Amino acid sequence: MSDATIKYAAYVAPETGANEKAKIWTSKIFIYGALLLWTIICLFPIYWTITTSFKIAPNVMKGALVPWWDYMPDWKGWRSIGLSPDTLGEISTVREEFFKRFFNSLIASLGASFLAIVIGSLAAYGLTRFKYRWLWMRNNDISFFFLSQLILPPVVLALPFLVLYRDLALLDTLTGLIMLYTLMVLPIVIWIMRDQFESIPLELEEAALVDGLSTWGAFLQIVFPIALPGMVAAFVLSMILCWNEYFFAALLTSTNSTTLPVMVASQTGSQGINWWSMAALSTAAIFPLIVVGIVLERYIIKGMTAGAVK
Amino acid sequence: MHDTATSTPLNYGETTPERQRLGGMITWGATALLAAIALYQTLFVAGFTASGFSNWRPILYAYGAWGIALGVAQVVANGEQGKRALFVLPAILFTVAMVIFPTLFGFYIALTDWNLASQDGMKFNGLDNFWQMLGDPFFWNAMLNMVFYVAMVLVEYVIAFGLALLLNSEIRARKFFRVAFLLPLMLSPVAVSWMVGKSMMEVRFGPISNFLKWLGVANPSFFGDAWVAKFTIQAMDAWTFIPFIMIMLLAGLQALPKDVIEASQVDGANKWQQFWGVIFPLMIPVSITAIVLRIIFKLKIADIIINVTSGGPGGATDSVTSFIFREYRDRSNVGYGTMLAMTYLVLIIVFITLLLKFVDRWRRSLT
Repeated sequence: MSDATIKYAAYVAPETGANEKAKIWTSKIFIYGALLLWTIICLFPIYWTITTSFKIAPNVMKGALVPWWDYMPDWKGWRSIGLSPDTLGEISTVREEFFKRFFNSLIASLGASFLAIVIGSLAAYGLTRFKYRWLWMRNNDISFFFLSQLILPPVVLALPFLVLYRDLALLDTLTGLIMLYTLMVLPIVIWIMRDQFESIPLELEEAALVDGLSTWGAFLQIVFPIALPGMVAAFVLSMILCWNEYFFAALLTSTNSTTLPVMVASQTGSQGINWWSMAALSTAAIFPLIVVGIVLERYIIKGMTAGAVK
Repeated sequence: MHDTATSTPLNYGETTPERQRLGGMITWGATALLAAIALYQTLFVAGFTASGFSNWRPILYAYGAWGIALGVAQVVANGEQGKRALFVLPAILFTVAMVIFPTLFGFYIALTDWNLASQDGMKFNGLDNFWQMLGDPFFWNAMLNMVFYVAMVLVEYVIAFGLALLLNSEIRARKFFRVAFLLPLMLSPVAVSWMVGKSMMEVRFGPISNFLKWLGVANPSFFGDAWVAKFTIQAMDAWTFIPFIMIMLLAGLQALPKDVIEASQVDGANKWQQFWGVIFPLMIPVSITAIVLRIIFKLKIADIIINVTSGGPGGATDSVTSFIFREYRDRSNVGYGTMLAMTYLVLIIVFITLLLKFVDRWRRSLT
């Protein structure tokens, strides 16, 4: 190489390098700027709700945003629902009401998710492993029958169920809600679990059958442990859907078994609501889900992407 | 009913004619018992007999027992094949009881004049509800709003695709951003109604109103004008559901074959060409799944509307579901409300079927 080419290379390189660098920096700034903007859009309402629960009237009217900086946090909102440190020891009817609704929500969503996982997983396993035939229906038709329930809008079932539940004495009971919620999440569970079972190689069960296990034995002892992560994913997703469900709960429950969303909604409906107590109630209602979202994010994503990518 | 849930075995294996007969007897016996109990209660309710149950709950238990007997009969009659049927039997019996029966019952209610608030009870009135529906401007207005809400799915899709691309690029703290972007999906629509719709958009001191005032909007109002209200409701719904589309698209992006992308880079395509020429065509299948699922969820939109605007102003934000909800809640009009719901169901089935057909044909024309 001659001196000239070296000089030329040395002369050119920094300039393209700088150009390239500027390009990378602009794209970096754009990417992080967009990411931050959307993060703010996603998190601000949550931040707003949590901080508002510590405000008192003047702070709210001022439109204060940052605690300790433009207002002093106060327990007023939490005191009004009996969940502030100084009222925790005392008797509070609002807190009792809140926990009653909270546990109703918990029982309804746990019960429905559990039931849906059991019958949904069994059906998904059967549909991926065996051939069924009933009249003109084959496996694909049966699968379609289950998945098509997803299309059914809740409003179609709501009124017939209102009448049926009245006759069955299931109105305003958690059993009734659990059955409906099971129906609601069953297609999703079957969708996720079918995907999960399809990814498990058949050889495992064949080997188990050779070893003398029965069909059900092979399912319970060999397949079940492997499919557990998928079941957890389906379970978490079902839990979230049931926990947030409002429509059926609003129509079919009245005093005994109303769930948390119905309680929140009934509070917002009243005139002259106190922002601080409403915010405290909302925070308490969304808090479990935010924890679930952060801790179990992996499973939620696994559940949502099942079957989406082949 | 006997062969409702029978999966005819492909080979009969260990079974014998005697076992077949015994299984058949169990099935028929259980069915007869169920029918007898149902008849007993029907006659009592209809007033022909003096004794009966205080409510229909025992019929439910009888149905459960019938289901168990059906399962036992399967195993007795068909051996190993019967045990296989046990996997799907519970789900089928459950779904049939919970969907098919109420839907058929719903079609009957739709043909009656039935107001829960009045003492008259149910009166069959044929297609009267249907004719009333045809002339109901509020119902068709709600249908038109649904067209708007469904069309907006495409906007949500574009935003979600952008976010998925951002998350898929080489960034730090990807997990933090992914969790942050996912959180709106966790929140219940009812909570969102208050957090965003009622407090952040409060005209006097909500932060969004303040922000708009700061930008120079004189009197920000979110639910006064029909179109502004529609877009506001849509924005809130989009806020909770964009993560859903985004996560599916992100999974699609991560599953793209790396070599194809690299090959296009070697060819000297710029980012724009690379996206439209390589990435987007490969993303079409995932996109379709995400959009169709999102449309299905969108057709159920109600909670936010019920809690924020109750359909107002003047029905501008009403969805079909929220409209029927009020038809029942405010007027206890079960017969008419059910007719609307059943019509909606039929229209949805037609729409989704056409959509899937269209998508299928379009995809085939691409390849």
